[in-house]
Amino acid sequence: MSPRPGVVLEVDRSTPPTLFWYGEGFRLEKLPVGSRVIYPPEPVAALADPEGAIRHALENPLGDSAPLSSLLTPGMKLTIAFDDVSLPLPPMRAPDIRQRVIEAVLEMAAQKGVDDVELVAALALHRRMTDEELRHALGERVFNAFAPYGLLRQHDAEDPSNLVHLGLTEEGEDVELNKRAAESDLLVYVNINLVAMDGGHKSVATGLSSYKSLRHHHNVRTMQHSRSFMDMHRSELHSSNWRMGKVIAEAGVKVFQIETTLNTDTFPQQFRFLQRREWEWNLADRSAFLASSKALEKTPPEIARKIFHSIRAPHALASVQAGEVGPVHVRTLEHVHRQQLVTVEGQTDILTMGLPFISPYNVNSIMNPILVACLGLGYFFNLYRGRPLVREGGVVIMSHPTPWAFNPVHHPSYIDFFEQVLADTTDLFEIESKYEHAFATDPWYIHLYRTGNAYHGVHPFYMWYWCAHALNHLSRVIVVGGDRAAVRRLGFSPASTLSDALEMAEDVVGRDPSITHIHTPPLLLADVQ
Amino acid sequence: MKALVFERQLARFAASRLAADLAGSGHGVGVGPLELLEVEPPALPGEDWVRLEPRLAGICGSDLATLDGRSSRYFEHIVSFPFVPGHEVVADVKGGLREGERVVVEPVLSCAARGFDPPCDPCGRGERGRCERIAFGALSAGLQIGYCADTGGGWSAGLVAHESQLLTVSGEMSDEAAVMIEPAACAIHAALVSERAPSAKVLVLGAGTLGLLTIAALRAHVSPAVLVVVAKYPEQRRWADRLGADYVVGPGETLRAARRLTSSLALPADGREIARVTGGVDVVFDCVGSADSLESSLSVVRPGGEIVLVGMPGPVKIDLAPLWQREVVLRGAYAYGTEQTPAGPRRTFELAAELVASRDLGELVSAAYPLERYEEAIAHAAAAGRRGAVKVVFDLRRRAGRQLGGKKENR
Repeated sequence: MSPRPGVVLEVDRSTPPTLFWYGEGFRLEKLPVGSRVIYPPEPVAALADPEGAIRHALENPLGDSAPLSSLLTPGMKLTIAFDDVSLPLPPMRAPDIRQRVIEAVLEMAAQKGVDDVELVAALALHRRMTDEELRHALGERVFNAFAPYGLLRQHDAEDPSNLVHLGLTEEGEDVELNKRAAESDLLVYVNINLVAMDGGHKSVATGLSSYKSLRHHHNVRTMQHSRSFMDMHRSELHSSNWRMGKVIAEAGVKVFQIETTLNTDTFPQQFRFLQRREWEWNLADRSAFLASSKALEKTPPEIARKIFHSIRAPHALASVQAGEVGPVHVRTLEHVHRQQLVTVEGQTDILTMGLPFISPYNVNSIMNPILVACLGLGYFFNLYRGRPLVREGGVVIMSHPTPWAFNPVHHPSYIDFFEQVLADTTDLFEIESKYEHAFATDPWYIHLYRTGNAYHGVHPFYMWYWCAHALNHLSRVIVVGGDRAAVRRLGFSPASTLSDALEMAEDVVGRDPSITHIHTPPLLLADVQ
Repeated sequence: MKALVFERQLARFAASRLAADLAGSGHGVGVGPLELLEVEPPALPGEDWVRLEPRLAGICGSDLATLDGRSSRYFEHIVSFPFVPGHEVVADVKGGLREGERVVVEPVLSCAARGFDPPCDPCGRGERGRCERIAFGALSAGLQIGYCADTGGGWSAGLVAHESQLLTVSGEMSDEAAVMIEPAACAIHAALVSERAPSAKVLVLGAGTLGLLTIAALRAHVSPAVLVVVAKYPEQRRWADRLGADYVVGPGETLRAARRLTSSLALPADGREIARVTGGVDVVFDCVGSADSLESSLSVVRPGGEIVLVGMPGPVKIDLAPLWQREVVLRGAYAYGTEQTPAGPRRTFELAAELVASRDLGELVSAAYPLERYEEAIAHAAAAGRRGAVKVVFDLRRRAGRQLGGKKENR
């Protein structure tokens, strides 16, 4: 039986309460009659033979690429770059799809007598992965074969000796790349395309680049002109990356792109109710919900965080395609859309969303207030194609505890950003012009990025810029159940309950507003007609 | 006349310390050596002395330390008992040629007041705060009015002061502004005592009265490149911002702010909670004077930098290894006298009067109490920051039946 597509439910008197994510917990909320709830499609079927599908993709590439085996020759220099810990979400059950793909590539390379192979985690300005995270992503066998010999590296965007400037795009954008990757005879990129924003030229042009390159598209202007990030044809972020991809190709860097999509089978058995529609909950689902909620009420936040971050998603491989970057990504997007697209008629005055415990930037970490803002306004707000789900001048209501808490190892510059920058202003352009350079070049942040597990000093700025389109578009952002001081520091309005928040929103959008709830995760992409 | 008198009573002294330890600063007054008594006005010690009737008299951090029994035993030989506290005083002159003149008192009892001629070397240079004879001469021991048995103090209906200690208050200045001149003079002296502060990265630790006045003084006289202020309470933060802080941070943010503003590295090196910065600010003005504040100062000052101790310290236990290893200069900043300015030497009190007037610092006076409510007043002063107040004063004007000159009503 084929999986059911996504659905837009209109709430009536018989509709059971709707589940809202609330960080490391949930809330059941009664939405007003007439509200809409957008549910994601059910998970598409997993590929029956992932290894076979991977081998098939490598040997039947798309575009003008030759089969991988024919690109591998003895004596060549081969670099395999892969997406970092920010994908997939939550981390998937072993074996991780990166492990499967990389093992297949390495097997082929070994058969062809390729000795000079290095693996590179494409961090961009993200934090370095821990050994445990690398072992999980690559598997024990790959990790043990490469890491002890210094052949498993993590891209260092602050190591001038391992960066090379490849030129400028037609728009004058610097293209600076990981030197090993750029000077390899073949660069194989292993991607996980969780959302439509991922992949394509963004993989190499962003993942293996430096601040000098990234600043050209990770800035306020670009973010405001990306409507949305999930629609590459209307995303300035993607246009810039595609221009950079062209420069990379013209510089002679040969990229063999391998993109994978996963189905949205997101939660293990004990949390299955999270991906079922409430009116279809059976006794087991209701019991699981009640048991989880009761237990979480008595669990200290740190323990709850540990529990949730130990979740391993049963994601399964839904597609794999390889070859030339452009054609590969077109095929990938078809698969992402097949899994995630939901048609929605018209915009809404108020968009509600429950924010979960995890975002790309707090894996095994704390969802600090800046990441809450980014997840809500940078990601969930942008889960659309066509027009934003919420009308211009509308209101977003999100539920999350938004603790005034940070992981000092992962997010040191976030703390300063929150304490200093947001205390001064929330204005995007002012922040960019007044503070970005100092944070981006701060030697302490650079030290921690290079030697510890810290996001780069400039990263919190990018998280704030990620909200640029939403901040411009919306009249108000309300956070239900958040730490009031932290919410106010973000420039948002705190509310104790959803009904309070709806009342506050009505002050802005008027009486009897249209309300839409985006019921995610599992992920969806709204195709707003 | 009514006066709050501080007696040397060891048992009461111990009781007040115990109460302050248990219940917090200001809570030992009821059991301590301070009492509201009917006393004879102090006698004039000499020809150049005048009688004063206080209008307002401030409650200072050093007063609170004394009342809490936390003062250093260092002061034992340079105070005399019983004394009437109160050294921040705006008063009317009673009798003599200056009858009716409104004055503020420069309370340091230096050579001039003590009848030494020629004066000691520091007094000869106008550095009254450094007087070498504060326990000698025509008066009992006492570093200032408010700590000397012979002069009385501001927390009473009358005191005496030497002519050299008076500064006439202009007619436009409110009593509230005038009472801020003495602490403002302390702040100006502190700001000017550091040779490193001009064009430097400066951190002011503490935003009580002295901290806020130091901010104003630094802005007016020193022009630091960056001025960051550590303030605990919202009202203090508001004032710090208004008086010219570039950045105002909370106590928990001090290390990160100092690191960030100096692009310094930090320890430990793995990014866990920062213990200290390896660089740091050029100068710290410690306006608290506690072990914690000194430790905090040492953790954020750069190698070769300077800590100016503005707040009155007591006995503290701190690790001086960083002071030694980083060659940090620790210096005190007490009282006032004469300052070297681009326009030549100026009396600190004159500079302070100008600063108070130009920055409306009289608004820092948050509450005024009659002497009879001294326990309440002192409790309020001890919890000023938490209660949204800055300076708490005694209001002696009603007692004397004079017209109210202030803007504030009793709370």
